[in-house]
Amino acid sequence: MEKHIRGRAVLVGDNIDTDQIYPGRYLALTDPKEIGSHCLEGVDEAIPASFRKGDIVVAGRNFGCGSSREHAAIALINMGASAVVAESFARIFFRNAINLGLPLVTCKGLRSEIAAGNTLEIDLERGVVRVEETGKEYPCDKLGEQAMMILEAGGIKPLMRKRFGKE
Amino acid sequence: MHAIEKILARHSGRDKVSSGEIVTAKVDFAEINDLYLQTIYSFYEMGGERVWDPERCAFVFDHYAPAPDIKSSSNHGEMREFAKKNGLKYHFDTNSGVCHQVMAEAGVILPGSIVVATDSHTTTHGAFGAMGTGVGATDMATILMTGELWFRVPEIIEVRLEGEPPAGVFPKDVVLEVLGRLKADGAVYKAIDFTGSYVENLNVAGRMVICNMAVEMGAKTAYMQPNQDVLDYVSARAQWPFTVENTDPGYVYEESYTFDVSTLSPRLSCPHSVDNVLPLEQVIAGKEIRLNQGYIGSCTGGREEDIAIAAQILRGKHIPKYTRLIIVPASSEVMLSCMEKGYIQDLMLAGATITTPGCGACLGAHEGILAPGEVCISSTNRNFPGRMGARDAEIYLASPATVAASILNGVITDPRKYL
Repeated sequence: MEKHIRGRAVLVGDNIDTDQIYPGRYLALTDPKEIGSHCLEGVDEAIPASFRKGDIVVAGRNFGCGSSREHAAIALINMGASAVVAESFARIFFRNAINLGLPLVTCKGLRSEIAAGNTLEIDLERGVVRVEETGKEYPCDKLGEQAMMILEAGGIKPLMRKRFGKE
Repeated sequence: MHAIEKILARHSGRDKVSSGEIVTAKVDFAEINDLYLQTIYSFYEMGGERVWDPERCAFVFDHYAPAPDIKSSSNHGEMREFAKKNGLKYHFDTNSGVCHQVMAEAGVILPGSIVVATDSHTTTHGAFGAMGTGVGATDMATILMTGELWFRVPEIIEVRLEGEPPAGVFPKDVVLEVLGRLKADGAVYKAIDFTGSYVENLNVAGRMVICNMAVEMGAKTAYMQPNQDVLDYVSARAQWPFTVENTDPGYVYEESYTFDVSTLSPRLSCPHSVDNVLPLEQVIAGKEIRLNQGYIGSCTGGREEDIAIAAQILRGKHIPKYTRLIIVPASSEVMLSCMEKGYIQDLMLAGATITTPGCGACLGAHEGILAPGEVCISSTNRNFPGRMGARDAEIYLASPATVAASILNGVITDPRKYL
């Protein structure tokens, strides 16, 4: 897993639920690219088209609340998000994202102090997000050991393949 | 230890567990709904061959019951093939209902057990003294391969509900009040234990409503100590022996909140956030909130008790021209019983549309989608933007009695004048 992530910030608000990340009308889709093309449509239909590979979603409190749909994490990854930074994350979304190897960074105070399009540098090892435009650094919460272990392995799938002797 | 901790300890082969610890626990029953074909894809991607135990996992086709389009129908087909190939003992096809109701009826939800499903509302099973929690597709695939899952032992919050509710106040009003106080992230990663005299006297259906919406506060799981009503319900249906766990006297909760149910009045959760909860009287004071649709259904508000109160309010009357009322029984068992008692007939004569037992329009899949600018009052669990259709449609969450009284008048109405 990449320990240094650099990308442009795409801002969303508090309590962004998984219906807004991935609207219910698309739940029967199974092709990951197609799923990615509808990501965050429930917040703003213009987001998927303007999102660039490597951009970082920056949210307020309780990102990913609501439905357990794994499509939300699949959509973010396939839209090209390199990480999500939020004040806090909802539990099921948190597990889904880490299982699929999408870095989640809990960082308080950042969301309200940056502008859309600012460039962020995330240092997962040091646990810091730096905003290039202002030079200001924000400390992040450390991931739990279990979550870190899964993320470092690239998600739960490689771990399970190894456990079942498939690698 | 708390009963939830005892459940986790027993299932992970330990004498004791405490908050914050990571444990790997055996799962008693695993359920996959029909939004989660990805579970099968992840299962094979990770090297899965056969499920760990064909008697301990099942599909429930509830979100697309029956299939609204070619894609969801094809997804059902792939899941049926997987179920057949693995010889799954239980299978709940599109003729069954919402997973949380269907599993309880089938006797696979038992006190002291761990239930994991690909659905956030799995917290519902705290109603039975079980530890129910929702996961995504890939976590579920690991359960199908191994029969177990890692858990962080949660901190436990007590929500003490005391007193007798006044007329017109239903379990939905009670849980909305709790949600309004704790907020949408008030219990993230934590468990909520509902205690107090109100809970001790509450029937199975009411308990399910309250535990169901614990997830709207972010809770990992919910719990209620089983009462006689629960024991009677599960004893008549249980597929396996079970053990009721009890919290040790003097257990210290992380936080404790107390609510006096006897002082409550009907509540509304207003657009577009579940925790935007206000007394109904306050919301409608001095104004009329016109409605296009009323909706009674889902794992929160589609049980026999919910349909019965709607039938009581609407019997012999008719909803206004140009409005609609959608009734979605939570399961075929619920629907059969409602037909036997004449509720379905009463509601159809009052102008209601009855749809197949299942999740229906609660999540905007089909059967009652809202157009731009429309207003709906619903007995379901979420009023997020776009949840039931158009992003700017407005959803008010309320008790089934409030939904019935409101659609009868075409405007949001206090149900107490009909009770």
